[in-house]
Amino acid sequence: MSTSSPPKKIAVSVTGLEKSFGPTRALAGADLVVEAGEIVALMGANGAGKSTLVKILSGSISADAGTILLNGKQVSFASPAEAQAAGVATVHQATDQAGAAGLTVAENLTLNELCGTGSFFVSPRSTRKRAAQIAALIDLDLPLDRDFIDLRPAERQLIAIARAVASKASVLILDEPTSSLSSTEAERLFSVLRRLKASGIAILYISHRTGDLAAIADRAVVLRGGKVVASFAKPIDFSAAVAAMIGRTLDAALHDGMVSSAPILASVKRARLIPGSRPFDLDLRSGEVVAITGTLGSGKSRLLRALFGLEQLAEGSFTLDGKPWLSNGPARSIDNGVFMVAEDRWASSLLPPEIPGASIAGTIALPHLPRWFPLGLLRETRERLAASDAISRLGIKARGPDDTLDQLSGGNQQKVVLARWQAAPCRLLLLDEPFQGVDVGARADLIAAIRNSQSGSATLIATSDTEEALEVADRILVMRDHSLYEADGHHESLAAVIGSVESIETRAAGIQDKHHD
Amino acid sequence: MTDQATASSSKPASTFAETARKYALFVLLGLMLVGFWSAQPAFINSANLFSILQAVSVVAILGVGVSITMSAGGFDLSVGSVAASSVMAASYAMVVLQLNAFETLGLVLLMGAFIGLVNGLLIVRVGVPDLLATLSTMFLLAGLQLIPTGGRSITAGMMLPNGTTAAGAYDPAFLILGRGRLFDTVPYPVIVMGIVALLAWFLMERTRWGRVFYAIGGNETAAHLAGAPTKAYRLWAYVLSGTLASLGGLIVASRVGRGDVSAGNSLLLDAVAASLIGFAVLDKRRPHVLGTVLGAIFVGVLLNGLTMLNAPYYTQDFVKGVVLVGALALTFGLGKKKR
Repeated sequence: MSTSSPPKKIAVSVTGLEKSFGPTRALAGADLVVEAGEIVALMGANGAGKSTLVKILSGSISADAGTILLNGKQVSFASPAEAQAAGVATVHQATDQAGAAGLTVAENLTLNELCGTGSFFVSPRSTRKRAAQIAALIDLDLPLDRDFIDLRPAERQLIAIARAVASKASVLILDEPTSSLSSTEAERLFSVLRRLKASGIAILYISHRTGDLAAIADRAVVLRGGKVVASFAKPIDFSAAVAAMIGRTLDAALHDGMVSSAPILASVKRARLIPGSRPFDLDLRSGEVVAITGTLGSGKSRLLRALFGLEQLAEGSFTLDGKPWLSNGPARSIDNGVFMVAEDRWASSLLPPEIPGASIAGTIALPHLPRWFPLGLLRETRERLAASDAISRLGIKARGPDDTLDQLSGGNQQKVVLARWQAAPCRLLLLDEPFQGVDVGARADLIAAIRNSQSGSATLIATSDTEEALEVADRILVMRDHSLYEADGHHESLAAVIGSVESIETRAAGIQDKHHD
Repeated sequence: MTDQATASSSKPASTFAETARKYALFVLLGLMLVGFWSAQPAFINSANLFSILQAVSVVAILGVGVSITMSAGGFDLSVGSVAASSVMAASYAMVVLQLNAFETLGLVLLMGAFIGLVNGLLIVRVGVPDLLATLSTMFLLAGLQLIPTGGRSITAGMMLPNGTTAAGAYDPAFLILGRGRLFDTVPYPVIVMGIVALLAWFLMERTRWGRVFYAIGGNETAAHLAGAPTKAYRLWAYVLSGTLASLGGLIVASRVGRGDVSAGNSLLLDAVAASLIGFAVLDKRRPHVLGTVLGAIFVGVLLNGLTMLNAPYYTQDFVKGVVLVGALALTFGLGKKKR
């Protein structure tokens, strides 16, 4: 598997790992080797066994069969603490678990020592001193007195990594580290990872984003059905990797940047999202899919929320179908055919499974109840019909309309949320990070569904992933500091758009950023 | 594809356990009935069974109100005080103000709705957390009901704080509500309980309004983003709960026939317990009307049977506590592995 370079030390090696949950075989004999100083990308669709493998390696669950060799010694971990002590550190996707709110950056950096191995007495000074040492390990530049709760996801992640490095980890596992990061923040993460790699740490990197993997990974390993089905050395052939991942080829057709001549459906005039930001205009034409990309906190969500009536513009106006449009809340927006799918589907759209109406049918029906059942009496056949239609149209993998959402994978959950808003006539569909935690196969289905429903309505998508934006949109705009910019010229390639995102500020120079590595 | 395979193959294994959990409370109720019957044959005659239902009717009606607020993500701690205040208000209306039965009914129900509205406004407009808002109205009412009579119970011919004697008396028509029986067998409180339960069940389980109440309780943000007027719904939940609590108070007043200051002392805890026991009924793991009524009946049957077997009255609260702990363990603890 390894190349012809001089033999390197194998940091972790997994052979014949098996794990079943009831009748489901999550891992069916997975083999994996990561050398010291190597970054291996672990790819796989939802349910391929990635998270099970990570959980076994990090000690959260134990394997049914198979061996794990760590630096040549056979190990099996009974708890996450044991795995950590043995030198396997894991940085999880959910960054709010990367530290404790209410504690400062310094206290969080030294949390492992505070919670166990350190001395009994701690003073703020000794904590700060130790924290500064730990921060220096990865060149972390954060105010040590800041509360963890005020940190952005990217910064929280770096704290988790610094802690892992400080605990002398030899294997670092990163689970979807960039899912909530903008491209600049991701770039910062990558430079930290490159340093760690140079210092001989083995890194297992799990991600759905091929762009990230191209930038950082030495090797990609594809997991499907609980087994490693393919391995790709650098330069990684991603179309082959994706094909191996979903078991079929995927034509991620980029849509041409032709300017639509359809009538303008909605427009934003001289809008300032926050006082003092640069005003901008935006026209959305009938049948158009427009993506807005940009860093976290640049104002993408704010624009969508303002259009939906959840927030107010500092200045400027909206029109919808030529008439002034100012919504005072979701109810009025929905009545007028302006729909929004907010980010984080469990927080914004879905109900816990014990609640009536948490089924696929109920989830789709929720916003449409007043129109579907004007007399108040529920008729389940009406809901089921809409749900069955959605299941077949979007290819939702479920037993039927009565399945609750927690039984579905992330991609299928997102399909249900999209189906909810496609179940009624729509003028303007606002999607905030619609591909969060969605695997490549389901993403293709979602994109097809978004693009096929475009008769007479406009779609505005906010995403921090430029690759997603390219795949789904007719037109891509970049948001920076609460203002919109057109992406430069025609986007012939992914790199060009990423480049234009990066170079907005230096546009005067007219030079496209070259992407290193 | 794997989802389907998992689901179908795991189904037979879990079916028995699932069914057992679903009907556990029904089976226990049946066993209890049979057990008490064999120990004390008088237990099963219809007069006794209806007296059980009559005894639980007030708790069940209050419990329905509590479970409606719980389903909308709230909690109404004031129901006991609202019922007690309603007893006093009904007595005051008839004995002091000399109103007739229908005027009294209307006035007291309006008062309950108004208290519910105050609760709701405190929560929705002022932003006080549900438990704290209803806790404070609970105290407020417990004190307020004593003020008009100077802390004394209200009976016909009582001495008023200003030295005069109260001129009115309980309207005989009013007493029918608590003491009368349909066809000389079914007590009216049981019929009221049945109607309340049926209407509330229909509202919560069969209409879109019920669906939205539950959606708000499950995920208020999601309900709001789906266009539901969440604040109005939460307000209505408290108005319904207050109205039902005052209806419960009216039944107590018409049964007792006087305005007793200590009426409704244990009503709050009993009503909350009935709603919580209801979580286990049909393994719903959420507040629901049918479960609440069944929870109230379950406790009523148990207490009645134990009393017939000469269990001392002071063990009653202990028995209720055991049932509640058992039901909650059944709901949340056992069989959690299945997920």
